[in-house]
Amino acid sequence: MARRRIKRRRGGGYALRLPPPERELLTALPEQLAAILESDDSSLTRLFPPGYGDDLDASAEYDRLVHDELLVGKREALATLSRTASAEHLSEEELLQWLTATNDLRLVLGTRLGVTEEHQGAMPSPSDPWAPEWVAYNYLSWLQEEIVAALSDAL
Amino acid sequence: MRVSEVIEAPVEVEEPELHEERHEDPPWIVLVWNDPINLMSYVTLVFRRLFGYSEAKATQLMLQVHEEGKAVVASGTREKCELDVARLHAHGLWATMRQD
Repeated sequence: MARRRIKRRRGGGYALRLPPPERELLTALPEQLAAILESDDSSLTRLFPPGYGDDLDASAEYDRLVHDELLVGKREALATLSRTASAEHLSEEELLQWLTATNDLRLVLGTRLGVTEEHQGAMPSPSDPWAPEWVAYNYLSWLQEEIVAALSDAL
Repeated sequence: MRVSEVIEAPVEVEEPELHEERHEDPPWIVLVWNDPINLMSYVTLVFRRLFGYSEAKATQLMLQVHEEGKAVVASGTREKCELDVARLHAHGLWATMRQD
């Protein structure tokens, strides 16, 4: 079994063992999503679901109440990921922000790629114009499993 | 007090009915819906962290979402459920609430 890349430290916090190209990706991707957050891109619907389902009035009222707060949380998580992508160690709070940020990135990438249950782990062909997005999506999926495993150890 | 705990058939989204003249207030429920992007391990971890559920209970709820299309993950007053839905949305889960 491969060694874990994110490991809980006895003294508290987590050790990160990620190669430089991955760290570069984790610096750049959050900045791209942060820019999308300021737009009205249709994939953002996935990040702000209707709180009351089909009840449009109640969902709109819910959105008025929580949208800004959710947005602030997502921005903070993305900023933390980008800022600490080169760190050797993360606090638990920082790793939780990584969890949130990587998930939001997967949700937006996955929505744009039209991911279905069957698509999990699919490898794109190099000629696919969406190949870079697929590579990023698959990488983030792998990374998120690592983060979840490390955080689950602490529960 | 309601005794019915029938789990509704999956797939169809149910229109919440309006009972404007109701005297007793039935509790609100929080539903999480299946989606093809969130990882199963991630959903289980979110249930454990947000609601303090055991690994067994969180896993069972996650599997119910995955296999039946949705699961009730919390219930209570409208205010509490709204907070729960917002916390689930902060973690990227597709959650909605309605009166039971």
